[in-house]
Amino acid sequence: MSTEWPILSLLIWLPILGGFLTLTAGRDAPLVALRLGLAVAVATFVASLFLWLGFERGTAEMQFQEFRPWIAAFNVHYHLGVDGISMPLILLTTLTTVLVVIAAWGSVKERVAYYLAAFLVMQGLMIGMFSALDAVLFYVFFEAMLIPMFLVIGIWGGPRRVYATIKFFLYTFLGSVFMLIALIYMYVQSGGSFAILDFHQLPLPMTAQILIFLAFFAAFAVKIPMFPVHTWLPDAHVEAPTGGSVILAAVMLKIGGYGFLRFSLPITPDAAAVLDVLVITLSLIAIVYIGLVALIQSDMKKLIAYSSIAHMGFVTLGFFIAFMIYRNTGDWSGATLGIAGGMVQMISHGFISAAMFLAVGVLYDRLHSRNIADYGGVVNTMPWFAVFFVLFAMANTGLPGTSGFVGEFMVILAAFRADFWLAFLAATTLILAAAYTLWLVKRVVFGEIGNDNVAQLKDLDRREFFVMGVLAFFVLLLGVWPAPLLEVMNATIDHLVVHIAESKLPAL
Amino acid sequence: MNFEIPAFLPAVPEMFVLAMACLILALDAFLPDSRRDITYGLVQATLAGAAVLTLWLAGPETQTTFSGTFVADPMSDVLKLAMYGVTFFVFLYARPYLIERDIYRGEFYVLGLFAVLGMMVMISAHNFLTLYLGLELLALSSYALVAFWRDSMRASEAAMKYFVLGALASGLLLYGLSMIYGMTGSLDIATVAAALRATEEGMNVPLVFGLVFVVVAVAFKLGAVPFHMWVPDVYDGAPTAVTLFIATAPKIAGFALLMRLLVEGLGPLHGDWGDMLVVLAVLSLAVGNVIAIAQTSLKRMFAYSTIAHVGFLFMGVLAGTETGYASAMFYIIVYALTAAGGFGMIILLSGRGHEADQLDDFRGLARRNPWFAFIMLLLLFSMAGVPPTVGFFAKLSVIQAAIGAGYVWLGIYAVVFSIIGAFYYLRVVKLMFFDDPVEERAAADRGGVFATAISVNGLAVLLLGIFPGLLLTLTHYAVAG
Repeated sequence: MSTEWPILSLLIWLPILGGFLTLTAGRDAPLVALRLGLAVAVATFVASLFLWLGFERGTAEMQFQEFRPWIAAFNVHYHLGVDGISMPLILLTTLTTVLVVIAAWGSVKERVAYYLAAFLVMQGLMIGMFSALDAVLFYVFFEAMLIPMFLVIGIWGGPRRVYATIKFFLYTFLGSVFMLIALIYMYVQSGGSFAILDFHQLPLPMTAQILIFLAFFAAFAVKIPMFPVHTWLPDAHVEAPTGGSVILAAVMLKIGGYGFLRFSLPITPDAAAVLDVLVITLSLIAIVYIGLVALIQSDMKKLIAYSSIAHMGFVTLGFFIAFMIYRNTGDWSGATLGIAGGMVQMISHGFISAAMFLAVGVLYDRLHSRNIADYGGVVNTMPWFAVFFVLFAMANTGLPGTSGFVGEFMVILAAFRADFWLAFLAATTLILAAAYTLWLVKRVVFGEIGNDNVAQLKDLDRREFFVMGVLAFFVLLLGVWPAPLLEVMNATIDHLVVHIAESKLPAL
Repeated sequence: MNFEIPAFLPAVPEMFVLAMACLILALDAFLPDSRRDITYGLVQATLAGAAVLTLWLAGPETQTTFSGTFVADPMSDVLKLAMYGVTFFVFLYARPYLIERDIYRGEFYVLGLFAVLGMMVMISAHNFLTLYLGLELLALSSYALVAFWRDSMRASEAAMKYFVLGALASGLLLYGLSMIYGMTGSLDIATVAAALRATEEGMNVPLVFGLVFVVVAVAFKLGAVPFHMWVPDVYDGAPTAVTLFIATAPKIAGFALLMRLLVEGLGPLHGDWGDMLVVLAVLSLAVGNVIAIAQTSLKRMFAYSTIAHVGFLFMGVLAGTETGYASAMFYIIVYALTAAGGFGMIILLSGRGHEADQLDDFRGLARRNPWFAFIMLLLLFSMAGVPPTVGFFAKLSVIQAAIGAGYVWLGIYAVVFSIIGAFYYLRVVKLMFFDDPVEERAAADRGGVFATAISVNGLAVLLLGIFPGLLLTLTHYAVAG
């Protein structure tokens, strides 16, 4: 498909402008704001479907490219484009935003227009970040989206929201400024180009690569987040309103993973090959240790937040296992599996974590408590809710037939090619995921009715049912038929593996 | 020696401002208090007229006149225009503040206009004496402005501090210049530069000695650590309308001082003053950002943040490249614009007998007035350097210049301290958006003009951030000549 129609720009600016429109039109009329916000979100989602339909499979080229000069003095361009890695993430963003807007209906009561505007603006910025092919443009979107999220957590969050949101902002800011230094350094080295694709080709000596890798690592490890810089996430998740948690878990965490694939691996492959042990170790710690931490949580949101960190451990493991496979087998074929597995895991976790947080939101709207102890026997009063909750919990543990299985299975399979014990460790921890998730289900959903409040609960209304249903559909679809998604990503990932297999050290 | 009539044309804006300032001074004496708006209108018209004249005379060529003591080049055009623009906003914001304190007098505006003239002379100076002349005109006007609220003890105290330290800095500058004169035999900037290039062999002790005094004086005037002590006290003690003025436009002139003195005049000594600026930048970034955290007064907080911003300014200049100078110029213009908005916001929230200069005064602003809270949000994020506001591009450009010149460590150092800086800006955002108002205070009604101006100011910070290309190109053009 040609680029005559600037669909990516549309996807970025429609929600941003729509967000401001929602704000102005619906400031004193919450219903107007909700309708308008929903219309904008749905329109963006529909537009993003054209991306899926028009996307040319089987090529690693950037598609739907747009190229305009932006800041002539720095040779910065408004350069957009998507490939098989970014396109699915953009779809995930547009879909999640629609669900968040629907979930806000009736659940958010205060300053509704501002709430919706923040999410719509954030959506535009996230899409811009996923499609930016210029480093400065990427960075601008990357940082700018902190502002609406900062406000969302700070205004609509729980009792410790201020602490959580400032921590969130400063952590992310801290990581990203180092990335900025790395980007500027490469700009200087490359003789004045900020194009990400130029950075991919830029030869760099080992010391520089390692420093750049660490700078990127600071930015993306915080974002994804990895042990030990994960501590902002449980706080942010617990204090954020439901919609904020959903966007955080479903999309914002993926930015870290996307950054690894777009920046770290292709720009500094030699450093990544040296430092992969570091990343793999941290990933395994995340999977095991954070899994154990999740087990003892008494707050539902906190439990899911820790589970997110553990699941993201599989993503980073999948991405960086590539080098270990090559070292141990001398062949790059298994690498594709690991990276593709990480990608599938990201998309799948987007659905599952969104669903889990929405489910907690459903309970919270009714009883205003996230404490596991305040529930029990919810199945008796909310049977439909129980059906969905159990399904999503199963997906979270990686049950075959759900999307959670596919990604984890691929990553573990790849890990087996690298090292048996490593894979063994990763695989056995699936039991941990099963333990904390199923225990949560048992304590919340099953058993006797815990207290009078639970006895008063009403089951899902149509709106909640719809949101849950959509997510359940995607979780199952991706679980039984992941082929369309893999097909979209394949060419890009193959290309990436070929690229990282080549050393970028300058010839001596 | 032949006497020839100098070309007056390049200096027409200066003459216009001088003539108008004298005229307004005389006219104002005959105006009753109720007609003070005439003075105000004339002063603003003078700025607009000066802008028109500067634009009309602007061109890519460099013209010198008055025996080479005065220069009109692209840099002077751009800096002057930026300075008029910022001053225009300053005078506009100052008006309601002065009215409410019964100090809406002509002196404020006339002194302001003389300060503007001083800045214009500084910007266009091509001789150390001209530079000094402009600097003193600016400084004397500023001292008087700080002191001009006669009934305020704090203002008088601030004025004393400002005057004593400012006079000391001027003395240092003169002393340093005299040594350089002794070594090069000239006060003409181009001649000094040529003489220095010719005698570049080895280290010339008296020359570097003089240079130290010059750099110290410049650091004093700009408020860089360790010569920053006057900044918080003066910013805090002066009436907000005056703080607003001395914190913004003179910084642009201060940049001109750096450029004319160090870059154009003493450029061949870059190796020496570059290192001095590194030290000043390192200290300013650390002290400014860290101490700002402890402040409870917004004016003091902005004062320390200014110190940190001066550190960034030095980073651009010490790079010693054209990109570096252009980025520093971009930085200072952006800073002046943002700071004008920030202080304007304090005036917006102040009322008769009430100064909204404490952090607590911003508590719950988003509930009282969401629009102004949004504008303040933009200004604060711009100061913190968060995209998509223009402050990000200002920081990006100076860091890029420093890294391009090989100062990678300085770039890393600067961003680490800008994170610390982000904290205290965020704290104000937190107060505005997340906290409830302490007491119900009716939002002061400042009228449409004020509201429009501050909205334009805030949105400019956003729009320049989305389209920074034009201003960046302009600063590159200005430096390249």
